[in-house]
Amino acid sequence: MITKTAEHTVIGTRPPRADAFEKVVGKAVFGPDVNLPRMAYGRILRSPHAHARIVRIDPTRAEALDGVYAVATAADLPEAADRTERVGEGNVNYKYMRDNTFAGDKVLYHGHPIAAVAARTLQIAEQALELIDVEYELLDPVLDVRQAMAADAPLLHEGMHTRSLAGTADTPSNVASQFQFLQGDPEQGFAQADVVVERAFETAMVHQGYIEPHAATAAWDADGTLTVYTTTQGAFDIRSQVHELLGYPLSKIIVVPTEVGGAFGGKNVGYVEVPAAVLARKSGRPVRVVMTREEVFLASGPSSGTWMRVKMGATREGRITAAEVELCYEAGAYPGSPVGAGANCILAGYDIPNARLDGYDVVVNKPRVGAYRAPGATQSTFAGEAVIDELAEKLGLDPVEFRLRNIATNGMPRLNGGFHEHIAAREVMEAVRDHPHYNAPLERGTGILRRGRGVGLAYWGNWGARSSVTLEVNADGTVSMLMGSVDITGTRTSIAMQAAETLGLSLAHINPAMGNTQTSGYSDASGGSRTTMATGVAAVKAAEEVIAKMHERAAAIWVCEPEQVAYTNIGPDAGTFTCSRNDETMTFAEVAAKLGGTGGALRGQGDVNVRRWGGAFGANIADVEVDIETGSVRLLRFTAVQNVGKAIRPGQVEGQLRGGATQGIGWGLYEGYAYDGQGHMLNANFLDYKLPTALDVPAIETEILEIPWPEHPFGVRGVGETPIVGPPAAIANAVYDAIGVRQGFLPMTPARILESMGII
Amino acid sequence: MNFSYGYRAPDTIAEAVRLLQEGGSGARPLAGGTDLLVQLRHGIRQADLLVDLKRIPELSAVRYDPADGLTLGAAVPCADVADHPDIRAHYPALVDGAGIIGGSAIRQRATVGGNLCNASPSGDAIPPLIVLGAEAEIAGPNGSCRVPVSSFCVGPGLHLLDQGEMLVALHLPIPSPRSGSCYLRFTPRGEMDIAVVGAAAWLQLDESLSYIEDARIALSAVAPVPLVAETAATWLIGRPADSESFAQAGRLAQETARPIGDVRGTLPQRLHLVGVMTRRALQGALRRAKGETIDG
Amino acid sequence: MADKVHVTTLLNGESVEFLCAPSQTLLECLRDILGLTGAKNGCNDGNCGACSVLLDGRLANSCLVLGAEADGRTVITIEGLADWAGLHPIQQSFVEEDGLQCGCCTPGMIIAAKALLDREPNPSDGRIREWMAGNLCRCTGYETITRAVRRAAAHLNGEGAEG
Repeated sequence: MITKTAEHTVIGTRPPRADAFEKVVGKAVFGPDVNLPRMAYGRILRSPHAHARIVRIDPTRAEALDGVYAVATAADLPEAADRTERVGEGNVNYKYMRDNTFAGDKVLYHGHPIAAVAARTLQIAEQALELIDVEYELLDPVLDVRQAMAADAPLLHEGMHTRSLAGTADTPSNVASQFQFLQGDPEQGFAQADVVVERAFETAMVHQGYIEPHAATAAWDADGTLTVYTTTQGAFDIRSQVHELLGYPLSKIIVVPTEVGGAFGGKNVGYVEVPAAVLARKSGRPVRVVMTREEVFLASGPSSGTWMRVKMGATREGRITAAEVELCYEAGAYPGSPVGAGANCILAGYDIPNARLDGYDVVVNKPRVGAYRAPGATQSTFAGEAVIDELAEKLGLDPVEFRLRNIATNGMPRLNGGFHEHIAAREVMEAVRDHPHYNAPLERGTGILRRGRGVGLAYWGNWGARSSVTLEVNADGTVSMLMGSVDITGTRTSIAMQAAETLGLSLAHINPAMGNTQTSGYSDASGGSRTTMATGVAAVKAAEEVIAKMHERAAAIWVCEPEQVAYTNIGPDAGTFTCSRNDETMTFAEVAAKLGGTGGALRGQGDVNVRRWGGAFGANIADVEVDIETGSVRLLRFTAVQNVGKAIRPGQVEGQLRGGATQGIGWGLYEGYAYDGQGHMLNANFLDYKLPTALDVPAIETEILEIPWPEHPFGVRGVGETPIVGPPAAIANAVYDAIGVRQGFLPMTPARILESMGII
Repeated sequence: MNFSYGYRAPDTIAEAVRLLQEGGSGARPLAGGTDLLVQLRHGIRQADLLVDLKRIPELSAVRYDPADGLTLGAAVPCADVADHPDIRAHYPALVDGAGIIGGSAIRQRATVGGNLCNASPSGDAIPPLIVLGAEAEIAGPNGSCRVPVSSFCVGPGLHLLDQGEMLVALHLPIPSPRSGSCYLRFTPRGEMDIAVVGAAAWLQLDESLSYIEDARIALSAVAPVPLVAETAATWLIGRPADSESFAQAGRLAQETARPIGDVRGTLPQRLHLVGVMTRRALQGALRRAKGETIDG
Repeated sequence: MADKVHVTTLLNGESVEFLCAPSQTLLECLRDILGLTGAKNGCNDGNCGACSVLLDGRLANSCLVLGAEADGRTVITIEGLADWAGLHPIQQSFVEEDGLQCGCCTPGMIIAAKALLDREPNPSDGRIREWMAGNLCRCTGYETITRAVRRAAAHLNGEGAEG
């Protein structure tokens, strides 16, 4: 492997992003921008009820409306397999996915799709929805995770029994599964503790909040080929889902990923692709289905609301002796919450000799959750870091010093049964300790405005998996790059940079593009912070194959053995072949110019399945100002520190740190699903589900640590998810520092702050 | 869902009145449209004809006369109100209200007149208009008349205009000497938000600048209509202009408020904030009455 | 369904005529009738700014403007900023400062920035953030957008691209 360890000429630089130009001029094609000849507009009928039995669906009146081309319901879908597969960082069970595409005998949440219409105009489609007659038998909804766990709770799925290592329970339950991690002897650990803290926490369901709604356009060719243009993190995953739900061959389905207007985990599972495909088949026209913002909130895949309990003990010397954790995560209407990932991440940064953790995956009458940036970790970290902070306070220790005394190390047994490799939790915490922000004076204030500072330590495990990159050498020495990964964060540039570095060419020589399921090798979804890392490995492999093949071509030109040819990809002579037989040199472009006469097309292919990857620790420092009369929390200063392994394109890495922090700030202070008692969502819009605006976040400071993951050619670790994990915890600890009251809820709205202070 | 309305854009008031009258209950005036178009889309309001008022010159005019006060056309965008030098100099509470509706793009379209006619309990321009003593000029089939803005709204989304009537302009009297006004609202976010509670205050001081000669207070989002806090304002007259008086006025305003709890705020939160925001708005009005600036 | 309206507008410097339903928004007209998909439909109720255009030089959410209202007015969309000579300085600054990630809010951001710099050539960072608060971005955390607007302002004020 051609590994460069020093004097990179491309990696670590800040070239313009390849996709930026089309995006700033407004020409980049996103999901809703696809427009095909004769295209019909599709709309979806959704349940106004959170829990009801469907007695009857009658589309007759809608079908009779002038301009309506087709109406589709569950009757148009074959039975789907009761099989669960990983999709990005989430999972999908095809039977449940079918029921979540078009409801079967029950609707399980406000917004549950029931039928779909294709019509000549959007307006006609809207009118047709009102003409589909649905008769419901209302059932009591269950909206709270703990109420759903009660033995007498209304059941969402009458046939669902709790699964665990012990087997399957006899009585049906809303608890889909439960698990326990056990390490050491927790009872003995608490007996050794001088200080014990125990608190309960609740967090509201939150949404990824991508600006681009879900959108898919489906078209059937006369030869039976189905093409689906869609905004997704994983074209091949969508192809699998369409394949499973339609019972149609993979080879006959082409999924073309568009530019993606934000995903954050929420665009791994399809919601509108199958309805578009069914409507297109029934109407004989291309059909585009675009969700409204309300539909995105009601019926895509937000992240779990939770109830959590954390108890921890420590000695007077500041050593943690035991932890006891209970995590109850809402899965929404169907099983599959990220409670496992939440369990893997809570307290992952600490050496805790004795611990027990119980996790529960619980269905409630809300949309089925999807992945959201480090799924499950932000919730559990909010709980874990608050208790860590309180222990430090009770022991009279600086919160960073307390964390450092208990910091996790390589090889240390973890609560989940694994162990860390090549982590840098200590380095991250030390970077916080030494950061100018942490050491800057903070005027606390004594009047209405109180200020405080808090920190949070965050962990996400990342992912590897399958990626494919093709590099085609052109006659002028430029290289066309095709990757099977969907670019959701600018990765076509960071992948091209790794190819360029390996090839010893400038980035300007590489023109990168996203492929589709017909043109690219199989690639898993762009999730799990894996793309720059794993697809980068594929790019390096493809580049190495290009170089190896170019050796043969140069040898053919020089009429020598390939072993007599050398190529340098480093230094002033980068991009040059030399021949030891005749001491001649040729540039990459000169060899490329003769490809036609030396064997034809030259392509390097990198197909990898990366099975080992490095997790990433990060931390946040937050300074807040609390108005104790209104409960308003304003961020004065915010810093994100993270070990990224190697920053291929630092501007992108900083962007991930700032963007993830901003989502975490929203989660901490503003965002949360609100329901009435009947399960109607009350804030399915951007006015009442409040994303932070430019005014609500400060200029977030970033510090990048580069402690490499040794198994990547350039040391890359996943970056994108860890940044969201710590901010709510850091803000909650800062709020405590400001007002002296611990916060047990997310979001920490002004009303909640005032309630916590006993003012209202 | 309402998709089937027509659109007309008359260029005189008379023509607009005629269209509205002929259109009956299905005809609605359209100003900035930032509320109305969304409401039509979600079926919250119905219409079969929108009468766009933005091409009528009088409705887009702003005129300040030191003898007569301000005449503000009903279709003047909030941004123009908030940027207008005379309005900034003489009617700061209106600048506070018009300058905080939506975000910068919304304020380029949304109008103060539209904010009033939308008659939302949380309309940010209405309490300022009330405390500044504004009157609404209404044109209709039977000619025109003026009514105080304080009686314009009659319920959530409801106002006193009859069929065929339209708001033409708002008239604000010249500010009295030693007076100041301020509107403050509480929202979770800095902008792009809707008042959990808002309070407008207007104060007139005596010559020593120490005592309150006259006061008006109006509140948003705490009752089915923008609410005049009469008791609190009356109590202030003759009292020292200090924080103790303002705190008591805040308590009296709390007794007047009749808030509900909803997704934007809990009932106890709103009641509490009435006291806080009233007190703070009075402080702002006081500083302006004394000639201080409180912006930025 | 009411009769269609005939609209004549000066769109990105060219006179354009189209027919639309009275209830169709300018955003729908741009995207579905005129094929200009640069303005995005992020919320359709004026709360995200992704559909921003300039209407008679003023910043507007095109989802809150009827197509019919554009009759006789000038409309500038993101497609009208760059020309064959290259990117508009604001677009160039967004590229240089990484003022975008997914790019979905970007057309609206750039239009909003143009509306700001057209009226205030030297806004402070605070003023930029206040003006842009109506444009939601879920990716960047806003800092690089603020920097891009600042850089564009310097460039437009003749201070060179490095400003």
